[in-house]
Amino acid sequence: MATIDQIQDDIIEEFGIFDQWMDKYEYIIDLGRKLPLIEEQYRHEGNLVPGCQSRVWLHAELEQGRIRFTADSDAIITKGIIALLIRVLSNQPVRQVSGAELYFIDQIGLREHLSSARSNGLVNMVAKIKSTANTLAVMH
Amino acid sequence: MDNQQPSRLFDVEQIRKDFPVLGREVNGHPLIYLDSGASSQKPNQVIDRLNRYYRLEHANIHRGVHHLSQQATEAYEQARETVRSFINAKNRHEVLFTKGTTDGINLVASSFGREFLKPGDEVIISTMEHHSNIVPWQIICEQKGAKVRVIPINQHGELIIEEFESMLNQHTRLVAVVHVSNTLGTINPVQDIIRIAHSHDVPVLLDGAQAVPHMHIDVQALDVDFYAFSGHKVFGPTGVGILYGKDSILNDMPPYQGGGDMIERVTFEKTTYNVLPHKFEAGTPNIADGIGLASAIDYYSQFEESEVAAHEQDLLNYATEQLLGIDGLRIIGTAANKASVISFLLADSHPFDVGTILDQLGIAVRTGHHCTQPLMDFYGIQGTARASFAMYNNRDDIDHLVAGINKAASLLL
Repeated sequence: MATIDQIQDDIIEEFGIFDQWMDKYEYIIDLGRKLPLIEEQYRHEGNLVPGCQSRVWLHAELEQGRIRFTADSDAIITKGIIALLIRVLSNQPVRQVSGAELYFIDQIGLREHLSSARSNGLVNMVAKIKSTANTLAVMH
Repeated sequence: MDNQQPSRLFDVEQIRKDFPVLGREVNGHPLIYLDSGASSQKPNQVIDRLNRYYRLEHANIHRGVHHLSQQATEAYEQARETVRSFINAKNRHEVLFTKGTTDGINLVASSFGREFLKPGDEVIISTMEHHSNIVPWQIICEQKGAKVRVIPINQHGELIIEEFESMLNQHTRLVAVVHVSNTLGTINPVQDIIRIAHSHDVPVLLDGAQAVPHMHIDVQALDVDFYAFSGHKVFGPTGVGILYGKDSILNDMPPYQGGGDMIERVTFEKTTYNVLPHKFEAGTPNIADGIGLASAIDYYSQFEESEVAAHEQDLLNYATEQLLGIDGLRIIGTAANKASVISFLLADSHPFDVGTILDQLGIAVRTGHHCTQPLMDFYGIQGTARASFAMYNNRDDIDHLVAGINKAASLLL
């Protein structure tokens, strides 16, 4: 199974082919459309990640030492970025998730989406993934 | 010096040259700034004034014996006079410097509320208020056992005045409504509101944050009791604003904050307070930005009001017509009387996505609930994208916006 960094490197390589921002966003939007829907039972208030603009729902569970999460957003670009984060972090060993350095976001030119100034819930989502992984790692 | 006589021909291309930020690029595109409703850009005249103040004129004001302090005091008090003349207040001491509109409303809610609100009393606001004109009233009403009542609106985003009239009763202590809605652009019939409220002996506060940059405000002609606005929305610096209040009411209100400048005599037994406006201006004020605000008003006042208004109406009409030509675009806020603010939704796409794509094209709009969540609830939506125009915008900006929205539509829909 590919490691967090291997997947990040794959994504960076994939995004390398886009020289137009439009193509990049088209791809992200497409990823957002294809992201499997979060199960309705997990799309509740309690799973809503605090954030000002687009709403983000996150559900995480532990399966044999690996954290598995599903998420959703009502904004499609946010959802596309969530799809990338899921690809990188879901099904990874909990301890590695809590300490993961997410360098791919910067490298594919989406840093502004994960800046705290953006207030779109993504920053809080990553924080929540990591803190959940942390909690689960301690319990594990 | 009478610096408030219109003296300059209104020429938008010349005006644009005064605003250095309009010459920059964002994401590889020339900046198209359509977020003046959130904050307007600053002309060189204001930037230079702030620069000169900090380089050569700064000292703490009031009671200073030395030259610099006296000069700064004079400039600051002259700024107050500039504002007085700008809004045609009767007296200079009725013009209070604040941090901004929010601060001004909080001052009234806290001080007026403390003095005059009793259990069972009512404060009337409206459905289209900014959170700044909701929450301060909720806080003071909760403390006092008073109630906030809300004027309903129709689907166009217009206040239902008959309903307002029927809400006034012997418990009403104050009416606090927005002059121009930041989300919808609706220009409220404030003259009618004031007349109706006064016929019940109820004073009126207007939130003028969005009105001042677009229209001439004459507080005496309006006969308004309180009028709050922000410097940064009228080409001035951030962190400074104005609260106008009739001195007859301000004199009856207790101080808002205690500290320097607002006192007459302090002893541990009893402190007596300074006269207006100082009673409400505790601590060293925002001297530089007060002076900067005056320079912004001088700048703005160079132009004939009617020419600015005609230009902005043209932008609003042109933008409305162009935006309605886009498939699936819906304008939120269709009042008959509107300022140059357009909230819209593009089919079922999220405003955040639309705003993100426009940003990639160098186009700055605001997305979200615009600090009017109850209004969003009224329309049953999460938020909108909002384009707001100032006098430095032109039709070319709107053409870029329309092209940008079309691009967003091709990606999102």
